[in-house]
Amino acid sequence: MPNGVLIFGETTEDGKLAGITAELSGAAAALGGPVTCALLGAGIEGIAADAGQYGAAKVIVVDDPLLKDYQGDAYLPVAERIVSDVDPAVILLGQTMIGRDLAPRLAQRLGTAVAMDCVAVSMENDKLLAERPCYGGAARARYTINGTPQIATVRVKALEAPAASGSAEVVKQDAGLTADQIRTTITGRKKEEAEGIRLEDATVVVGGGRGIGGPEGFQQLEELAGILVGAVGTSRAVCDLGWYPVATQIGLTGKIVTPDLYIAIGISGASQHMAGISSVKNIASINKDADASIFKSSRWAVVNDWKEFVPLFLEEVKKVKAG
Amino acid sequence: MPNIICFAKQVPDPETPASQFKVDEAANKIVPAPGVQPVPSQFDTIAVEGALRIKDNHPDSIITIVSLGPDPFRDTIKHCLAMGADEGIHINDPAVNDADHWATAEVLAAAVQKLGDYDLILAGRQSVDWDIGVVGSTVAEILGLPVVTIAKQIDYAGDKVTVERVLMDGFETVEAPTPCVVTVSNELGEPRYPQLRQIMQAAKKEVKAWTLADLGIEAPQNRVNLEALYIPDTSVETEVIEGETAQEKAAILAQRLSDAKLI
Repeated sequence: MPNGVLIFGETTEDGKLAGITAELSGAAAALGGPVTCALLGAGIEGIAADAGQYGAAKVIVVDDPLLKDYQGDAYLPVAERIVSDVDPAVILLGQTMIGRDLAPRLAQRLGTAVAMDCVAVSMENDKLLAERPCYGGAARARYTINGTPQIATVRVKALEAPAASGSAEVVKQDAGLTADQIRTTITGRKKEEAEGIRLEDATVVVGGGRGIGGPEGFQQLEELAGILVGAVGTSRAVCDLGWYPVATQIGLTGKIVTPDLYIAIGISGASQHMAGISSVKNIASINKDADASIFKSSRWAVVNDWKEFVPLFLEEVKKVKAG
Repeated sequence: MPNIICFAKQVPDPETPASQFKVDEAANKIVPAPGVQPVPSQFDTIAVEGALRIKDNHPDSIITIVSLGPDPFRDTIKHCLAMGADEGIHINDPAVNDADHWATAEVLAAAVQKLGDYDLILAGRQSVDWDIGVVGSTVAEILGLPVVTIAKQIDYAGDKVTVERVLMDGFETVEAPTPCVVTVSNELGEPRYPQLRQIMQAAKKEVKAWTLADLGIEAPQNRVNLEALYIPDTSVETEVIEGETAQEKAAILAQRLSDAKLI
């Protein structure tokens, strides 16, 4: 009889526990647990105990050089074996670069299905209710899954991470992998975004739209983002016009971001863009058009030309931060 | 001579204003906005663009579009043919009109097997209606093929492809042996827009219509149930920052953000 919730924790490039691990632990405990956390990687044994601080009863750590960089062919057989050992009723993964690749393949191998990119999960009569945005965030869908285990990926920062407390039993397992099982080869890696905080990790994102008027305006947005220890994002129009790197595009055909604060500057609020910020609770918008649709989703609306407003706002933010 | 298969689906136009977006909550279905034509799903046309860039370097490539859906999906296939794809397969069978993503993957995999001779399968990283993103990987698993997801560049070299896979802060270069599946992201670039001459040429290209019987399969069972579909209440109480001057407004906004502990 399948029982409990298995989560796949994640680590950061610099060898720490990724925030999604605590978020998944909290969600899994809320589903009723007991929670088992699987942690796959290389040189991660030292942080396995950390993964047990958020509600897991047990941490299964698989530490192998072949698991250093995520490759589906390496992670899948290990994940499959852990699922078979743990026999969970529910599996949760993060909607991350790993979870997006791993979850559908794992679901297919297990003959079940996954609800991707969920922003809420709950249990009702042993059925997982998985809520996810669709149609670019314009609608919400609630799914149940016929197969076992029931799998969902959870959007990063959509659910609250519990505070660290307690500890879990840590069990080491061998990967049992050989290099010839991995059909793909990673031959290189390149960082593209500007120095600083990643858009997906930023607690403050300063978004610039077509209203910025040209590439030079983004210097001021960068300055503002710098003071707020945040990152700069863009609308599709900005990237199409070549004003700013496409890696910063937020929206339906870009990235989904979940900062605590989104400052939208010169952004009208097309549904294409709103899809990328549909989970953001605090939006402050600056637009000279009083009818800009983004104001409807904003907690604070400033009707003003951004060119006049932003330099003044910069100074005010500095004052406030200086206390 | 690579044979490339691209999956393509049709969606309600995602540029439809939110105010026209309606849901029939009883039927769990989207109500199409009046007068708004459905369009090819953008990630799928970007995948076709990826295939065409391979064809630019390997002119003897054959690009086959495979699409599963009701009658209007033929327009999406025609659009891809006008972009420069060579052949179209329209799987049109009422038995799978309500196929979920898993059933869709089963049907597409059966179509790939029927086509038989292929080197590369490209799919959008997700559709732009349901935003799920499982079909490409699932087809790869059904067929036992390697898969690289979320690509921004694809170079074909006979027995392998070299793919730039998008990461959070850049990209990694991944080699995969062919045949394989690659899912394509927007970072690849804008899909080319068909010229009139190409649209007229595409009109003459044949779109084969297949049913499940042609594939030799029964309708696969859905694995997920859509229990509810609704428009979430995202309205917030908006404070319009009032001030005589921009200076005043700037000071008030900074104070509000500070009071809310956001800066």
